[in-house]
Amino acid sequence: MIRSPLRRYPPAGAVDVVVIGAGHAGLAMSRCLAERSIDHVVLERGETANSWRHERWDSLRLLTPNWQSRLPGYAYRGADPDGYMSASDVVDFIDGYSRFIGAPVRTHTTVTSVVAEGCGYRVATDRGEWRCRAVVLASGAHGLPAVPAAAEALPKSVTALTPKTYRNPSQLDDGGVLVVGASASGLQLADEVQRSGRRVILAVGEHIRLPRVYRGLDIQWWLDAVGILDERYDEVDDIVRARRVPSPQLAGTPERATLDLNALTERGVELVGRLVGVTDGKAQFSGSLRNHCAMADLKLARLLERIDQWAADHGDGPAFAPPERFAETRVEGSPRLNIDLARERISTVIFATGFRPDFSWLHVPVFDHKGRLRHDGGVVAAPGLYVLGLNFMRRRKSSFIHGAEDDVRELSAHLDAGLRVAGGGHVPRRAVG
Amino acid sequence: MNITAIKADNGVNVEALLSARQALTEAPEGARFKWRATCEWVSGTHSRSVVHGFFGLGAEQSHKTAFRYDADHPELFAADDNGATPVEYVLVALASCLTAGIATVAQNRNIQLRSVKATLEAGMDLQGILGIDSEVRNGFDGIKVIFEIDADATDQEIAALVAQSQRRSAVFDILTNPTNVAVEVR
Repeated sequence: MIRSPLRRYPPAGAVDVVVIGAGHAGLAMSRCLAERSIDHVVLERGETANSWRHERWDSLRLLTPNWQSRLPGYAYRGADPDGYMSASDVVDFIDGYSRFIGAPVRTHTTVTSVVAEGCGYRVATDRGEWRCRAVVLASGAHGLPAVPAAAEALPKSVTALTPKTYRNPSQLDDGGVLVVGASASGLQLADEVQRSGRRVILAVGEHIRLPRVYRGLDIQWWLDAVGILDERYDEVDDIVRARRVPSPQLAGTPERATLDLNALTERGVELVGRLVGVTDGKAQFSGSLRNHCAMADLKLARLLERIDQWAADHGDGPAFAPPERFAETRVEGSPRLNIDLARERISTVIFATGFRPDFSWLHVPVFDHKGRLRHDGGVVAAPGLYVLGLNFMRRRKSSFIHGAEDDVRELSAHLDAGLRVAGGGHVPRRAVG
Repeated sequence: MNITAIKADNGVNVEALLSARQALTEAPEGARFKWRATCEWVSGTHSRSVVHGFFGLGAEQSHKTAFRYDADHPELFAADDNGATPVEYVLVALASCLTAGIATVAQNRNIQLRSVKATLEAGMDLQGILGIDSEVRNGFDGIKVIFEIDADATDQEIAALVAQSQRRSAVFDILTNPTNVAVEVR
């Protein structure tokens, strides 16, 4: 009979490192810690890849192709390298990784507080306390939806959803839907709801426009080859701004079709500017839509030039189709600035306005005046505290599954060195144990 | 032959702006400014506004001199036309804000400007302010700005300058997003 993991690992106690969260990043860190023989445990509030099981809409697929999905010592080996994983595929992938590395995961263990104690930390959970010398925050960048303040002024007749609570169009009544936000989620949800026969208005602020396929290859292949995904946080001009960049307008469909604002306009979605307020039941939109579209078109043009230059420098081989340029984003007539939600029977607003991590249980003074975690490329501003998976944390790819590997290799080395300097070394203890 | 990096000079002290940005990041209370104007009625639709003092960097500040602006309406409104109309001042504000932004962004990107000319036009249906049709708003139904820019840069770089100047413009923001306005009588 297989012994339960609960028997192999005590419910609580002392350990060198506590990793909080058994998603791809926490497990990748677990693998690197194991390689360094660092005693650790991975605490998970639910099951492995929990948010992929419970907090994703039904049709969601990764923005990265399958061939790109890899974790330390592990890669996609399926039959469809150019496809895109569904949420349940991601669960299988991460679950498979957890089994492959034999990660010491304690599932159904919710962390309720982390406080500094002595030269380490005390991690309280709903299943006992852990004492440790280092903590890795791997609970993800998407803990809480970042909903604009305007949401509070919505009339009661309107249902507000986020990508965490939206599942599929059948949960909506047949009224119109305002989708706020034009990143990957906003565009995908606007598209899906429009196709379900409902009227959709999309509020568009700053966004990143990308074709799904460029010169015959997935855009992610180019971003990887040109080195854009590997750009480091300490090399870009303005990291604060770079970290705020929303996810690119991409969708992972079997047709590998480009999903951009022009495609949505053709399907009948109405574009308006950024949502700036709701007053007396009227949603108000910024008059800046044209400039936001122009900026995204200009950024796309610069990216494609950079890609073409790279291709030229690499012999413009027959593998690459000829360069392409895409029609500029059409903003038709005068986009509306006010919409009376009740009069136009808008009964749902979906806020696809991004997320922020939830560190409400972290009682260590490591937050700036705006409540953001202070860290230098994942090395948090307190000894022995690390974070993973935040947007552009160490590299542009940090928040992607394939972005975890480089980050955890570097951060586990930093963590290891810190433990050695601090003394009481884990290595001898492990060796005798 | 000596090869020296060509440094653009648009007369903008970008280093000072960048160090101010750094300083105000560390001391955000200094970034809270108050802009002020006073206005006195002269006669008819003619008024004169004065701009002199403002508050910023935690203290009272002032312009080198008090600037005066006459506003009125043209003769076809049966007025004396002693100055631009208030709505034309809005166009002046937008044009000068975007132009200042273009010069600053160009300097920061090391782009030498030779000429920058903006032409603005705003549509307005007077049925709004005259109360003829309540469906028509008082203000502009739209603003069109056309820039003609001569600079040591590609068309795309110039387009990016203009886009970035809108992104960072206070007046563009004021015009494109709602602002609470409180008018009281003392």
